[in-house]
Amino acid sequence: MLVLVIEHDEDRADAFFHALSDRTRRDILRRVLAGEHSVTALAASYDMSFAAVQKHVAVLERAGLLTKRRVGREQLASGDVDAVRSVASMLSELEEVWRGRIDRIEELIQEG
Amino acid sequence: MPVTDVTKDLQARALTITAEFAAPVERVWQVYADPRQLERVWGPPSHPATVVDHSLEPGGRVHYYMTGPEGDRYYGGWRVLAVDEPHSFTFEDFFADEGFNPVAELPTSTAEFRFEPAGAGTRATFTTTYETAEALQQVLDMGMEEGATLATNQIDALLAEG
Repeated sequence: MLVLVIEHDEDRADAFFHALSDRTRRDILRRVLAGEHSVTALAASYDMSFAAVQKHVAVLERAGLLTKRRVGREQLASGDVDAVRSVASMLSELEEVWRGRIDRIEELIQEG
Repeated sequence: MPVTDVTKDLQARALTITAEFAAPVERVWQVYADPRQLERVWGPPSHPATVVDHSLEPGGRVHYYMTGPEGDRYYGGWRVLAVDEPHSFTFEDFFADEGFNPVAELPTSTAEFRFEPAGAGTRATFTTTYETAEALQQVLDMGMEEGATLATNQIDALLAEG
Protein backbone atom coordinates (compact mmCIF):
# COMPACT_ATOMS: atom_id res chain seq x y z
CA MET A 1 0.00 0.00 0.00
CA LEU A 2 1.44 3.32 -1.06
CA VAL A 3 1.65 6.03 1.59
CA LEU A 4 0.94 9.45 0.13
CA VAL A 5 2.66 12.33 1.83
CA ILE A 6 1.15 15.60 0.74
CA GLU A 7 3.42 18.58 1.17
CA HIS A 8 1.88 21.68 2.69
CA ASP A 9 5.01 23.16 4.16
CA GLU A 10 6.65 25.51 1.63
CA ASP A 11 10.06 25.49 3.35
CA ARG A 12 10.10 21.73 3.34
CA ALA A 13 9.19 21.70 -0.36
CA ASP A 14 12.04 24.13 -1.12
CA ALA A 15 14.51 21.91 0.74
CA PHE A 16 13.14 18.87 -1.10
CA PHE A 17 13.62 20.39 -4.57
CA HIS A 18 17.00 21.88 -3.71
CA ALA A 19 18.20 18.50 -2.45
CA LEU A 20 17.08 16.75 -5.62
CA SER A 21 18.47 19.39 -7.98
CA ASP A 22 21.98 17.94 -7.79
CA ARG A 23 23.11 14.85 -9.71
CA THR A 24 25.42 13.56 -6.96
CA ARG A 25 22.72 13.93 -4.33
CA ARG A 26 20.23 12.05 -6.49
CA ASP A 27 22.81 9.31 -6.89
CA ILE A 28 23.48 9.18 -3.13
CA LEU A 29 19.76 9.05 -2.51
CA ARG A 30 19.32 6.11 -4.91
CA ARG A 31 22.04 4.21 -3.04
CA VAL A 32 20.68 4.86 0.45
CA LEU A 33 17.12 4.02 -0.61
CA ALA A 34 18.40 0.62 -1.69
CA GLY A 35 19.99 0.05 1.74
CA GLU A 36 21.92 1.63 4.60
CA HIS A 37 25.38 2.90 3.62
CA SER A 38 28.16 4.32 5.76
CA VAL A 39 29.16 7.86 4.79
CA THR A 40 32.71 6.53 4.32
CA ALA A 41 31.50 3.96 1.78
CA LEU A 42 29.49 6.63 -0.03
CA ALA A 43 32.49 8.96 -0.14
CA ALA A 44 34.59 6.20 -1.73
CA SER A 45 32.11 6.03 -4.64
CA TYR A 46 32.68 9.60 -5.82
CA ASP A 47 35.60 11.52 -7.19
CA MET A 48 35.33 14.21 -4.51
CA SER A 49 36.47 14.77 -0.95
CA PHE A 50 34.92 13.09 2.09
CA ALA A 51 33.87 16.55 3.30
CA ALA A 52 32.10 17.31 0.01
CA VAL A 53 30.16 14.04 0.14
CA GLN A 54 29.33 14.67 3.80
CA LYS A 55 27.89 18.06 2.79
CA HIS A 56 25.67 16.42 0.16
CA VAL A 57 24.48 13.93 2.78
CA ALA A 58 23.68 16.82 5.14
CA VAL A 59 21.59 18.57 2.47
CA LEU A 60 19.60 15.37 1.91
CA GLU A 61 19.17 15.01 5.67
CA ARG A 62 17.87 18.58 6.07
CA ALA A 63 15.34 17.91 3.29
CA GLY A 64 14.08 14.93 5.26
CA LEU A 65 15.04 12.53 2.49
CA LEU A 66 17.73 10.74 4.46
CA THR A 67 18.32 9.80 8.10
CA LYS A 68 21.63 9.11 9.82
CA ARG A 69 22.57 7.05 12.85
CA ARG A 70 25.93 6.58 14.49
CA VAL A 71 27.42 3.17 15.14
CA GLY A 72 30.83 3.41 16.80
CA ARG A 73 32.89 5.73 14.62
CA GLU A 74 30.70 5.19 11.56
CA GLN A 75 27.80 7.33 10.41
CA LEU A 76 25.21 5.16 8.66
CA ALA A 77 22.79 6.80 6.22
CA SER A 78 19.51 5.42 4.92
CA GLY A 79 16.84 6.89 2.67
CA ASP A 80 13.43 7.88 3.95
CA VAL A 81 11.11 6.17 1.50
CA ASP A 82 7.98 8.04 2.58
CA ALA A 83 9.63 11.41 2.02
CA VAL A 84 10.81 10.38 -1.42
CA ARG A 85 7.31 9.24 -2.22
CA SER A 86 6.01 12.73 -1.80
CA VAL A 87 3.84 12.26 -4.81
CA ALA A 88 2.27 15.70 -4.72
CA SER A 89 5.67 17.36 -5.02
CA MET A 90 6.73 15.02 -7.75
CA LEU A 91 3.62 15.62 -9.83
CA SER A 92 4.28 19.36 -9.57
CA GLU A 93 7.73 18.86 -10.90
CA LEU A 94 6.49 16.64 -13.69
CA GLU A 95 4.12 19.45 -14.60
CA GLU A 96 7.16 21.65 -15.26
CA VAL A 97 8.61 18.99 -17.56
CA TRP A 98 5.35 18.97 -19.48
CA ARG A 99 5.11 22.74 -19.67
CA GLY A 100 8.55 22.66 -21.27
CA ARG A 101 7.43 20.09 -23.82
CA ILE A 102 4.32 22.09 -24.66
CA ASP A 103 6.39 25.23 -25.18
CA ARG A 104 8.62 23.31 -27.59
CA ILE A 105 5.57 21.98 -29.51
CA GLU A 106 4.28 25.55 -29.77
CA GLU A 107 7.66 26.75 -31.08
CA LEU A 108 7.89 23.92 -33.62
CA ILE A 109 4.36 24.51 -34.91
CA GLN A 110 4.94 28.24 -35.29
CA GLU A 111 7.93 27.59 -37.53
CA GLY A 112 5.27 26.56 -40.07
CA MET B 1 0.93 30.31 -22.59
CA PRO B 2 -0.77 27.49 -24.47
CA VAL B 3 -1.38 25.45 -21.25
CA THR B 4 -5.05 25.85 -20.28
CA ASP B 5 -5.49 23.28 -17.49
CA VAL B 6 -3.46 21.04 -15.20
CA THR B 7 -5.09 18.25 -13.16
CA LYS B 8 -3.23 16.12 -10.65
CA ASP B 9 -4.74 12.92 -9.33
CA LEU B 10 -2.68 11.97 -6.29
CA GLN B 11 -4.47 8.68 -5.69
CA ALA B 12 -3.94 7.51 -9.25
CA ARG B 13 -0.50 9.20 -9.57
CA ALA B 14 -1.73 10.79 -12.79
CA LEU B 15 -1.04 14.13 -14.39
CA THR B 16 -3.32 15.58 -17.08
CA ILE B 17 -2.23 18.68 -18.96
CA THR B 18 -4.44 20.45 -21.47
CA ALA B 19 -2.97 22.86 -23.98
CA GLU B 20 -4.26 24.75 -27.02
CA PHE B 21 -2.17 25.14 -30.14
CA ALA B 22 -2.83 27.53 -33.03
CA ALA B 23 -2.67 24.82 -35.68
CA PRO B 24 -5.02 22.14 -37.00
CA VAL B 25 -5.18 18.67 -35.42
CA GLU B 26 -3.29 17.17 -38.39
CA ARG B 27 -0.33 19.51 -37.81
CA VAL B 28 -0.09 18.64 -34.10
CA TRP B 29 -0.32 14.93 -34.99
CA GLN B 30 2.73 15.36 -37.23
CA VAL B 31 4.83 16.28 -34.17
CA TYR B 32 4.37 12.66 -33.02
CA ALA B 33 4.21 10.97 -36.42
CA ASP B 34 7.59 12.42 -37.51
CA PRO B 35 10.55 11.17 -35.40
CA ARG B 36 12.63 14.29 -36.24
CA GLN B 37 9.88 16.54 -34.84
CA LEU B 38 9.26 14.26 -31.85
CA GLU B 39 12.89 14.43 -30.76
CA ARG B 40 12.74 18.23 -30.81
CA VAL B 41 9.95 18.33 -28.26
CA TRP B 42 10.41 15.23 -26.07
CA GLY B 43 13.66 15.87 -24.19
CA PRO B 44 14.35 19.00 -22.17
CA PRO B 45 17.08 21.33 -23.53
CA SER B 46 19.54 19.81 -21.02
CA HIS B 47 18.72 16.25 -22.18
CA PRO B 48 17.89 16.28 -25.92
CA ALA B 49 16.20 13.15 -27.26
CA THR B 50 17.34 11.06 -30.23
CA VAL B 51 14.63 8.81 -31.73
CA VAL B 52 16.20 5.62 -33.07
CA ASP B 53 13.14 3.54 -34.04
CA HIS B 54 9.66 4.89 -34.71
CA SER B 55 6.49 2.95 -35.50
CA LEU B 56 3.37 4.81 -34.38
CA GLU B 57 0.84 2.02 -34.92
CA PRO B 58 -0.84 -0.48 -32.59
CA GLY B 59 1.81 -2.94 -31.41
CA GLY B 60 4.57 -0.66 -32.73
CA ARG B 61 7.57 0.62 -30.79
CA VAL B 62 9.29 3.97 -30.50
CA HIS B 63 12.85 3.80 -29.14
CA TYR B 64 14.78 6.85 -27.99
CA TYR B 65 17.60 7.96 -25.78
CA MET B 66 18.23 11.25 -24.03
CA THR B 67 21.75 12.65 -23.76
CA GLY B 68 22.70 14.52 -20.61
CA PRO B 69 25.16 17.43 -20.32
CA GLU B 70 28.03 15.05 -19.59
CA GLY B 71 27.23 12.72 -22.48
CA ASP B 72 25.37 10.31 -20.21
CA ARG B 73 22.55 8.51 -22.02
CA TYR B 74 19.11 7.50 -20.74
CA TYR B 75 17.35 4.90 -22.89
CA GLY B 76 13.60 4.56 -23.16
CA GLY B 77 10.82 3.45 -25.39
CA TRP B 78 7.13 3.45 -26.10
CA ARG B 79 5.03 0.33 -26.55
CA VAL B 80 2.19 1.68 -28.70
CA LEU B 81 -1.17 0.27 -27.57
CA ALA B 82 -3.80 2.07 -29.67
CA VAL B 83 -3.81 4.67 -32.44
CA ASP B 84 -6.71 6.70 -33.82
CA GLU B 85 -4.95 9.01 -36.28
CA PRO B 86 -5.01 12.02 -35.95
CA HIS B 87 -7.14 12.12 -32.79
CA SER B 88 -5.45 10.01 -30.12
CA PHE B 89 -2.89 7.40 -29.24
CA THR B 90 -2.00 5.50 -26.10
CA PHE B 91 1.30 3.90 -25.15
CA GLU B 92 3.37 2.53 -22.30
CA ASP B 93 6.53 4.51 -21.70
CA PHE B 94 9.36 2.32 -20.38
CA PHE B 95 12.99 2.62 -19.35
CA ALA B 96 15.34 0.47 -21.39
CA ASP B 97 18.88 -0.82 -21.54
CA GLU B 98 21.20 0.09 -24.41
CA GLY B 99 19.53 -2.55 -26.60
CA PHE B 100 16.09 -0.99 -25.89
CA ASN B 101 14.98 -3.96 -23.81
CA PRO B 102 12.58 -2.74 -21.11
CA VAL B 103 14.16 -2.71 -17.64
CA ALA B 104 11.88 -4.93 -15.58
CA GLU B 105 12.74 -3.33 -12.23
CA LEU B 106 11.56 0.09 -13.43
CA PRO B 107 7.77 0.26 -13.70
CA THR B 108 6.25 1.77 -16.82
CA SER B 109 3.88 4.69 -17.12
CA THR B 110 0.86 4.73 -19.40
CA ALA B 111 0.09 7.77 -21.50
CA GLU B 112 -2.87 8.90 -23.54
CA PHE B 113 -2.48 11.85 -25.93
CA ARG B 114 -5.68 13.29 -27.41
CA PHE B 115 -6.07 16.02 -30.03
CA GLU B 116 -9.43 17.70 -30.73
CA PRO B 117 -10.36 20.67 -32.92
CA ALA B 118 -10.92 23.86 -30.90
CA GLY B 119 -11.92 26.76 -33.11
CA ALA B 120 -9.19 27.08 -35.75
CA GLY B 121 -6.72 25.31 -33.52
CA THR B 122 -6.28 22.15 -31.48
CA ARG B 123 -6.95 21.25 -27.90
CA ALA B 124 -4.39 18.65 -26.79
CA THR B 125 -4.86 16.56 -23.63
CA PHE B 126 -1.82 14.70 -22.32
CA THR B 127 -2.51 12.19 -19.53
CA THR B 128 0.34 10.27 -17.93
CA THR B 129 -0.32 7.69 -15.21
CA TYR B 130 2.48 6.23 -13.08
CA GLU B 131 2.12 2.74 -11.70
CA THR B 132 4.15 3.57 -8.57
CA ALA B 133 5.85 6.52 -6.91
CA GLU B 134 9.23 5.04 -7.84
CA ALA B 135 8.34 5.27 -11.52
CA LEU B 136 7.53 8.91 -11.05
CA GLN B 137 10.82 9.57 -9.25
CA GLN B 138 12.82 7.98 -12.06
CA VAL B 139 11.15 10.14 -14.68
CA LEU B 140 11.89 13.24 -12.64
CA ASP B 141 15.56 12.28 -12.39
CA MET B 142 15.68 12.46 -16.17
CA GLY B 143 13.88 15.77 -16.50
CA MET B 144 15.10 17.54 -13.38
CA GLU B 145 16.81 20.48 -15.09
CA GLU B 146 13.71 21.39 -17.06
CA GLY B 147 12.17 23.68 -14.46
CA ALA B 148 15.24 25.86 -14.16
CA THR B 149 15.72 26.05 -17.93
CA LEU B 150 12.11 27.00 -18.42
CA ALA B 151 12.34 29.79 -15.86
CA THR B 152 15.43 31.16 -17.62
CA ASN B 153 13.65 31.15 -20.98
CA GLN B 154 10.72 33.04 -19.50
CA ILE B 155 13.03 35.71 -18.07
CA ASP B 156 14.75 36.01 -21.46
CA ALA B 157 11.38 36.43 -23.17
CA LEU B 158 10.37 39.19 -20.73
CA LEU B 159 13.65 41.05 -21.26
CA ALA B 160 13.27 40.81 -25.04
CA GLU B 161 9.85 42.44 -24.79
CA GLY B 162 11.56 45.46 -23.24
